[in-house]
Amino acid sequence: MNDTTQMSIYIHIPFCMKKCNYCDFLSGVYDEDTQVKYVDAICKEIEYMGQRLEGVAVPSIFIGGGTPSWLDGVHIERIMSAVYDNFNVPGSAEITIECNPGTVTGEKFLAIRRAGINRISIGLQSADDEELKLLGRVHDFNQFLRTYEMARKTGFTNINVDIMTGLPGQTKEKLLNTLENVIRLKPAHISAYSLIIEEGTPFYNLYKEDVHRRECGEPTVFLPNEDAEYDLTKMTEQVLSQHGYHQYEISNFARDGFECEHNKVYWQRGQYIGFGIGAASLIGDCRYHNMTDIYEYIEKCNKLPVASNQTIEARLSGEAEEIMYLWDSSQTLSRHDQMEEFMFLGLRMNQGVRREDFKEAFGCEIEGVYREQLEKLQQEGLLVMEGGHIYLTERGRDISNVVLSEFLFD
Amino acid sequence: MSIDQSKIRNFCIVAHIDHGKSTLADRIIEMTGLLTEREMQAQVLDNMDLERERGITIKSQAVRTIYHAKDGNEYIFNLIDTPGHVDFNYEVSRSLAACDGAILVVDAAQGIEAQTLANVYLALDHDLDVVPVINKIDLPSADPQRVKDEIEDVIGLEAQDAPMISAKTGLNVEDVLETIVNKLPAPTGDPKAELQALIFDSLYDAYKGVIVFCRVKEGTLKAGDKVKMMATGASFEVVEVGYFGAGQFIPCDELSAGMVGYMTASIKNVKDTRVGDTITHANKPCAEPLPGYKKVNPMVYCGLYPVDGAKYPDLRDALEKLQLNDAALQFEPETSVALGFGFRCGFLGLLHLEIIQERLEREYNLDLVTTAPGVVYRVHKTDGTMIELTNPSNLPDPSEIDYMEEPMVNAEIMVTSDYIGAIMDLCQERRGIYISMEYMEETRALIKYQLPLNEIIYDFFDALKSRSRGYASFDYEMSGYVKSKLVKLDILINKEEVDALSFIVFEGTSYERGRKMCEKLKEEIPRHLFEIPIQAAIGSKVIARETVKAMRKDVLAKCYGGDISRKRKLLEKQKEGKKRMRQVGNVEIPQEAFMAVLKLDEE
Repeated sequence: MNDTTQMSIYIHIPFCMKKCNYCDFLSGVYDEDTQVKYVDAICKEIEYMGQRLEGVAVPSIFIGGGTPSWLDGVHIERIMSAVYDNFNVPGSAEITIECNPGTVTGEKFLAIRRAGINRISIGLQSADDEELKLLGRVHDFNQFLRTYEMARKTGFTNINVDIMTGLPGQTKEKLLNTLENVIRLKPAHISAYSLIIEEGTPFYNLYKEDVHRRECGEPTVFLPNEDAEYDLTKMTEQVLSQHGYHQYEISNFARDGFECEHNKVYWQRGQYIGFGIGAASLIGDCRYHNMTDIYEYIEKCNKLPVASNQTIEARLSGEAEEIMYLWDSSQTLSRHDQMEEFMFLGLRMNQGVRREDFKEAFGCEIEGVYREQLEKLQQEGLLVMEGGHIYLTERGRDISNVVLSEFLFD
Repeated sequence: MSIDQSKIRNFCIVAHIDHGKSTLADRIIEMTGLLTEREMQAQVLDNMDLERERGITIKSQAVRTIYHAKDGNEYIFNLIDTPGHVDFNYEVSRSLAACDGAILVVDAAQGIEAQTLANVYLALDHDLDVVPVINKIDLPSADPQRVKDEIEDVIGLEAQDAPMISAKTGLNVEDVLETIVNKLPAPTGDPKAELQALIFDSLYDAYKGVIVFCRVKEGTLKAGDKVKMMATGASFEVVEVGYFGAGQFIPCDELSAGMVGYMTASIKNVKDTRVGDTITHANKPCAEPLPGYKKVNPMVYCGLYPVDGAKYPDLRDALEKLQLNDAALQFEPETSVALGFGFRCGFLGLLHLEIIQERLEREYNLDLVTTAPGVVYRVHKTDGTMIELTNPSNLPDPSEIDYMEEPMVNAEIMVTSDYIGAIMDLCQERRGIYISMEYMEETRALIKYQLPLNEIIYDFFDALKSRSRGYASFDYEMSGYVKSKLVKLDILINKEEVDALSFIVFEGTSYERGRKMCEKLKEEIPRHLFEIPIQAAIGSKVIARETVKAMRKDVLAKCYGGDISRKRKLLEKQKEGKKRMRQVGNVEIPQEAFMAVLKLDEE
């Protein structure tokens, strides 16, 4: 049912100089030796999979973290070589690396460029030094500016800047200041994420009572309450749109022609392989998650057989047991799972989903499955069906959780 | 094997809550060699999960042990544990009927408390011999001599020779065992007489059917006997008789006069065996049944509804099973516009309600919605008739009502002198009428108040504890009905009346209650796509209003490197949360909201 001739690649680099206060990603501080061994391991995993997925074309690659730019330039080049050696990466492929200000030198950017990477995603989060401190970031705004300029000078034109809304104590003025400072640089793409307080982070301990208050509709003490959060995101959308950034997904904005292709692969349920600890893959109808323990991962990768004639089909049918060791879990998605995903991922994009695509994927009309939900949501003004397209209204995007959860089956 | 009646002691332990009753029971079981120390799990008799968690005894439990006394003889002890909470007095009363004597445990530091008195009087009512034991003498604050004097002064029991023990450490528990042998009476009764056995408890076992707990007063009960339940008239052939090991049933040949044990007879219908009934032989019946128990009347009512409407029959089944050994639990079917099919259930008090609710949820896997508890009001109509109102929805039109009455209680509160002021304030706030105050000793007083029952069923006990820093204890008994100005408070959500949220309230506090109720519901009801007015009304007059604002923002931000399962989980949680709500009109109301009235006095 799914096209397995094209597969995007995600590579996870779990290393950080220091963990941020809000972060619950799989990342941490590791010594040099572990970093080298991890890169070796990832290269082995890439090689192993490449041999089993022969002929697959790679439309996009994303190196995320953690802080991939914390790695030595040499290691970044080694990883990319492993990809080129084992996969068919066309010249048009979008290849992104995440960089944090204060972790990149001019030389490293040159190495990144040499490695064939053509898109840079810089984690700024805020232009306010106080806010950066609060978030536990390792840089200030000036360091970001230097990093950004370095990237430009090295020749990168496709640059994304991450910012955050809904920070503790964030006012409209502060957020506007961040937005204006970023827009002035004219990056190709801006991601604006709402701060989510995740369990197990220092922020959780600080603000869990506030999160509870917000859920109960009571006034919050540190975090913006629901109304303030709403105002902040609305302002973000307006300001960005005024300056030529169109929203194409709930948290993503781009100048024309610069939407992030890799991101869209996730929303459109394209195929992708994840390398490294904790990385997720969607291959055929199966989702896999790699193990999360870095030492175990390194050990297991070292035992992977290098050459094999096994095909992807053989691997998926479970004949090749070795790779299984890298997986913590795998789930075969039922038809219902896939329909649900098609809807709750696709509708995150402003363009929504296409009736035709649904039919092509599942061999039946979308109304045959979701008529009741579609009618109800249209009546409530949360969703529009127009031509062959189905997409959320602005109101629908504001409260997308409500809309998207409607498409889950009982 | 025949057993010498003079070597049997049937007794229970009575005490105020927390004075160490269950701990002493554990020690007795341990020291009489029934269990080794390794096998002892703390508080063997409290075998319901709920009892262990809460540290209280809910159901009576019985156990038989053998004691080698200093006089060289072996004695059979049948120890029956009893609950200490005021809500479970009727359970105590049932257990007492199976005993010949009682050990009164008194805390060496706290002395006599309200429940100490209540339980002693109950025991004396049943003609039991009561011997005191002073516990917790290892506490730094222990003052055994003062407590002994108190027992003699207040209760009138000889206490100077009372064993002074620490049940926790096992200190002097041996003395208690000797006291049981020497001071408590052996049972009487003729093993050859016509059978008379009192049912004091029962439980349902999936394999054996109903297991009947009984005390044989006269005659002998054996497997194979044809027996008849005198009140229900049902007849059975006895399959097995036996006695109680720790946490298990041990079969034996026969139960003769004076013995405590159980019988099974493949009894499938739980209604055939009523606690308090007398068992006799079908072909050689006794002349008349033993006096049963005083029928207990529920004092608190609430609606219980299954979250999943399809589970209605399961709920009925579960209630029937619980009722089997909980005579105080009553229920009858009712329907609610908001909640569908359910039952109006009667309980002895709020703790009883909570326990039943938790047992239904844990032991029977039922998800329940509970409506606000209320008491039984008497509504005198203009046509001269009177109805007993257990469900506020059934209140007649005001034009048909002449006047209403509410139940009152006489409350006895024991408190240290520092908190007398605070406690009297509390009683005053709850519309209490002062009766008297007497000092038990210099630092402690017994305050008596008449209070409306509906003012104490919710959170009175908690308020009492917090205002006295845990030093007050409390007991009450019903004292009849008095005329009162009462109104029905209705709640409208998005302009629709929600029947399950209505409650009866004293007119003088109705405005405040209405206001608080709206505030509480505003917290409980999540934001919807539209604005929701919440109104409190008496008749057609709206007395309070709050608004739940429309939802403005609810999104999930980031996708973690293609980790879709995380997103899915959040959406599933959202959907699941919605399922646990009740749809009224187009508003989803969380189940907790139906109990909101209970929480009005929080903070």
